[in-house]
Amino acid sequence: MQSKNRTALIPYVVWIALFVIAPIALVLYYSMLDLSGNFTLANYQNFFSPVYLKMTFTSFWYAFLITFFTLLFAYPTAYLLTRTKHKQLWLMLIIIPSWINLLLKTYAFIGIFGLYGPINAFIEVFGFNPQQILFTDFSFIFVSVYIFIPFMIIPIFNSLDKLNPSLIFAARDLGASSWTTFRRIVFPLTIDGVKSGIQVTFIPALSLFMITRLIAGNQVITLGTAIEQQFLVSQNWGMGSTIAVFLIVFMVLTMLVTGQKKKGGRV
Amino acid sequence: MNKLSAASKAYLLIVFIVLYAPIFYLIFYSFNSGGNMNNFESFTLEHYKAVFEDTRLLVILINTVLIALLSGFIATVIGTLGAIGIVSMKNNKLRNTFLSLNNVLIVSPDVVIGASFLILFTMIGVKLGFTSVLVSHIAFSVPIVVLMVLPKLSEMNTSLIDAAHDLGATKRDVLKRVILPYIAPGIFAGFFMAITYSLDDFAVTFFVTGNGFSTLSVEIYSMARAGITLTINAISGLVFLVTVLVVIGYYFVNYRAKARMGESK
Repeated sequence: MQSKNRTALIPYVVWIALFVIAPIALVLYYSMLDLSGNFTLANYQNFFSPVYLKMTFTSFWYAFLITFFTLLFAYPTAYLLTRTKHKQLWLMLIIIPSWINLLLKTYAFIGIFGLYGPINAFIEVFGFNPQQILFTDFSFIFVSVYIFIPFMIIPIFNSLDKLNPSLIFAARDLGASSWTTFRRIVFPLTIDGVKSGIQVTFIPALSLFMITRLIAGNQVITLGTAIEQQFLVSQNWGMGSTIAVFLIVFMVLTMLVTGQKKKGGRV
Repeated sequence: MNKLSAASKAYLLIVFIVLYAPIFYLIFYSFNSGGNMNNFESFTLEHYKAVFEDTRLLVILINTVLIALLSGFIATVIGTLGAIGIVSMKNNKLRNTFLSLNNVLIVSPDVVIGASFLILFTMIGVKLGFTSVLVSHIAFSVPIVVLMVLPKLSEMNTSLIDAAHDLGATKRDVLKRVILPYIAPGIFAGFFMAITYSLDDFAVTFFVTGNGFSTLSVEIYSMARAGITLTINAISGLVFLVTVLVVIGYYFVNYRAKARMGESK
């Protein structure tokens, strides 16, 4: 049994070495190289310059807003879904849009938010002048929330679904108002779902670059956009890697903050 | 308990409308002869025709599907074997290390994965193109397969394996006749997830694709940057159709598998 399983592990171990450990090591190594390949710490110095600090701050601010609004809309949706009759079917209908290619959904908003798009046509009915919605903070956050919301709903739905309803009945019988019941019973017991939801939203939100390019039209520069810029446009892999190192650090911190005691599979 | 208030129903309705509106908006205008997404002139299929007449686009479509199937298959093999290996580890600490390493690529931002793979491929000297994209897709699909297979393996009763051994089965028989059939639903789910991840990936592919090779996501990105083309709408219509068919197919297979499990019990 033992020896057989050792051989089974070989491809997997090779995979870990090549695609988990090696890339992280390479990013670390490249972050300490300048444009001509000399060893330097200038990239790190550069990262702490006002330009990059400001970018990091904006990145965090947008990621926070995106996560906040995603949670704000996802929680009630998940909650109401668990109250429907065919809840698995409804959940399925929430998941289906997440399978449509990300790019196609983003592209749809270029049309919807456009100057002559349906939203502006709708505004005009009420006598307002059409205005550019595309390339604004609003459009950027709206599209990001739209993209992330299914991934927030799923873990929250699962934890709400596991919640024992007799706890709610007990709270109500003991005289708690519905708000108190929610605040003291339901929310604390589903906090794990909320945490995994935040994890799968906040980290990708920090590193978005496709949506910023297509929807925010270079108005919003996030850490992800900066990496893409450094790697594929400026060809400055050193600086790009340095930003990537910081992104990894932020990711680990987010994981620690939203970490769960009980190890559960990701949904 | 099951009664939802009118306000709740309205809220859910709005959520569903907002979720689906963009998709149907795209599909609706894919039939527009006007060439834009604002005024519907008249019904036409010319954009669909354009998709099927554009050989470059067709090659990209075939490549995308080929990469998804191949990477899904290879990742499923590596991931399943890996999951079996992890479960049979006696050393708890080692097992936890493997599980943490497994999760690195799942939680890492796409951009970081893409950038680090780009460095890796350049260093090893892999030419950017089909191979690099395929290998990257295998790489980020493996951990998903492991996560889908692991729960099935851990819920499996070890006495089944012992019994098979006692009855004279070789290791190979145990794997083929006992373990694999038992964890088959997990493997199937892993394969399915790997394919969806591959089809949906943009960021990683964008980094490692190089010149001359493209997948659907990357192609749509460059088309969308150039502006609105109703060819993209026609592609959305096709993608939506295929997605719905796959979902129905997946549920049908799952339902049949469950029914069969029920029978055998």
